[in-house]
Amino acid sequence: MTNKVQNNINGKLNCPVPYSDYKKILLAHGSGGTLTHELITKLFVSQFDNPKLNVLHDSAVLNINGSKLAFTTDSYVVNPVFFPGGNIGSLAVNGTVNDLAMCGAKPLYISAGFIIEEGFSVEDLNLITQTMRKAADLAGVEIVTGDTKVVEHGKGDGIFINTAGIGIIREGIEILPKNCKPGDVILINGKIAEHGIAIMSKRQGFEFETEIVSDCAALNELVEEILNATQNIHMMRDPTRGGVATVLNEVASSSGCGIFIGENSIPISEQVKGACEILGFDPLYVANEGKLIVFVSPNDAEKVLNIMKNHPLGKDSAMLGIVTADNPGKVIIKTSIGTTRIVDMLSGEQLPRIC
Amino acid sequence: MKYIDEYRNHEVVKAVSQAIHKISEKYISVMEICGGQTHTILKYNFEEYLPKNITLIHGPGCPVCVTPVSIIDKAISLASRNDVVLVTFGDMLRVPGSVGDLLSAKANGKDVRMVYSPLDAVKIAGDNPEKKVVFFAVGFETTAPSNARSVIEAKKLNLNNYYLLCANMLVPPAIEALMNNKNVKIRGLLAAGHVCTVMGLKEYEIIAEKYHIPIIATGFEPLDIITGIYEAVGQIEEDRYEVVNKYSRAVSREGNLHAQKLIELVFDKTDKEWRGIGVIPQSGLKLKDEFYEFDAEKNFILDGIEVREPKDCIAGEILQGMKKPADCISFGKICNPEHPLGAPMVSPEGACAAYFRYRQVQQ
Repeated sequence: MTNKVQNNINGKLNCPVPYSDYKKILLAHGSGGTLTHELITKLFVSQFDNPKLNVLHDSAVLNINGSKLAFTTDSYVVNPVFFPGGNIGSLAVNGTVNDLAMCGAKPLYISAGFIIEEGFSVEDLNLITQTMRKAADLAGVEIVTGDTKVVEHGKGDGIFINTAGIGIIREGIEILPKNCKPGDVILINGKIAEHGIAIMSKRQGFEFETEIVSDCAALNELVEEILNATQNIHMMRDPTRGGVATVLNEVASSSGCGIFIGENSIPISEQVKGACEILGFDPLYVANEGKLIVFVSPNDAEKVLNIMKNHPLGKDSAMLGIVTADNPGKVIIKTSIGTTRIVDMLSGEQLPRIC
Repeated sequence: MKYIDEYRNHEVVKAVSQAIHKISEKYISVMEICGGQTHTILKYNFEEYLPKNITLIHGPGCPVCVTPVSIIDKAISLASRNDVVLVTFGDMLRVPGSVGDLLSAKANGKDVRMVYSPLDAVKIAGDNPEKKVVFFAVGFETTAPSNARSVIEAKKLNLNNYYLLCANMLVPPAIEALMNNKNVKIRGLLAAGHVCTVMGLKEYEIIAEKYHIPIIATGFEPLDIITGIYEAVGQIEEDRYEVVNKYSRAVSREGNLHAQKLIELVFDKTDKEWRGIGVIPQSGLKLKDEFYEFDAEKNFILDGIEVREPKDCIAGEILQGMKKPADCISFGKICNPEHPLGAPMVSPEGACAAYFRYRQVQQ
């Protein structure tokens, strides 16, 4: 069937705008920044177009026979496969659990698809699956289905894992960016940028001695405690790839509100800050795997902050900033020297500086 | 964080700002040489702290920005060879050459790797004896010593597969070229602290005397920069022109003699083309003849590359401080970080990228 006929059937043009200015996919298309967004909105969303997808939440929310389900998928391609604080297996389970939890769902079942490169160590695979089992038990989910593919040597990077998950959303819970209101308080459950720097510290060419470990963890238990305590959680998201700045920009742009944060109130460890200074990275854009950003109405902010601080995954919780009516769609930061500026979406991957 | 937070202290920076307001009367332009300083100035939105009569002009000290298209094209051409591993600093991967950039070469399956130190490139050469490993050496006096060291190391290890594609630039000749340009009106200079850490201050004393301009060795934190501006403004108001070290926790008058010796041992000075500015005499480094076997330009055939500069890009004028990014008709329209026309939109240290990211002065 030609594209033209297909277009007539669909009743609309296939690609009204050029979906990419690039002829080839670059790494930056996967960085979580503007190129990723361009790819998602112009190519995937415009092709797959439906109301459930178009919300662009961490999971799709589906009503099936009166039950509200969250459904999500994510692929894990981390290099190195083993890193301080976890491995690709713990990431694959926790990442999908967290995507479900961010929609207010109780995660239930997970699938695991393995794409393994010929020659990969069986002992390593065993270690990875052990970690997955442990992570699933901790998060209270079961890995109920899976798939295995082996590709020729050189056609994969050791191992890739895809996980999908479903969870159930309780009556009355609606976590959506559009629910954010001016005055909402923005909270985070601890120190930022630890996963990204832990990974970076082990990459070839950048090995440096550090004790920074990934924050990789399942957040569903913490989320459940928060949701049990208040009905005024408007939005939650885990700042993974693209970091805190990307999540704040996404929420600002889809809620039409402004966001104001203070540089001095961002929790960050000395080691991570030091590593970022050396590499020339802005920690606001560095990945986390065990953090969540919560948007809560001001009356309940203190209560929620206390709950977070009393949870093992939230002892360093802090208030990041507030949602404002000013500067709609933008994120503004008060710098440590007292001036203000914009925090933009990053266009590609952060690359280490020259000098 | 110790030695960082102190230099980002709100109260102290504000106090220096008030002191500047007190002494500043003349309408003047002060240039910060280094792209790292430009980045801090935009990231911390310094305009809020300076009186209206002081304009900060952003200088040519962004290594990515001034590396000419011709040599980027050579790097891309080398990267396209199947027997070559092209190694460089992260920043350099995104800079557009005549056709494409190194990231695209990598996307096309070429072996392009990024490292934090040239010594890691030497290690790659040692680990891959069947490959020719070319380190694309960009930067100023700051990266020159480690680039030199990598060649010495490769020689010591008897490696016959390590090459340097040398695009190292020198700052003082560029400052002189700027001072000789009648369209550039600068009354004070903030010299790049890390360049002074290596080279010391003597070269700048000659320039200050020759052009009657105060030169302040300045660091990169907000307090460093505002202190540098205070010193420059004070001198200009009193018609003085001295070299003053305001980055004394890193800079000495003599500089790092060991690093200077490394540069002298491996490199000769040479005329170099600066992107958007043109050839500046004795403004760059090349490998000495005795290191011939490590010189990529002498060991690979790199002729026949047609160099094309993008139209509608005023990078040259931006790099000389004659125009600001918002003066460019392409800025924020056809030129943005996803689709850069010129190098200043690429590097975090480039003036255009800093304006785009922190100001969003878009039409």
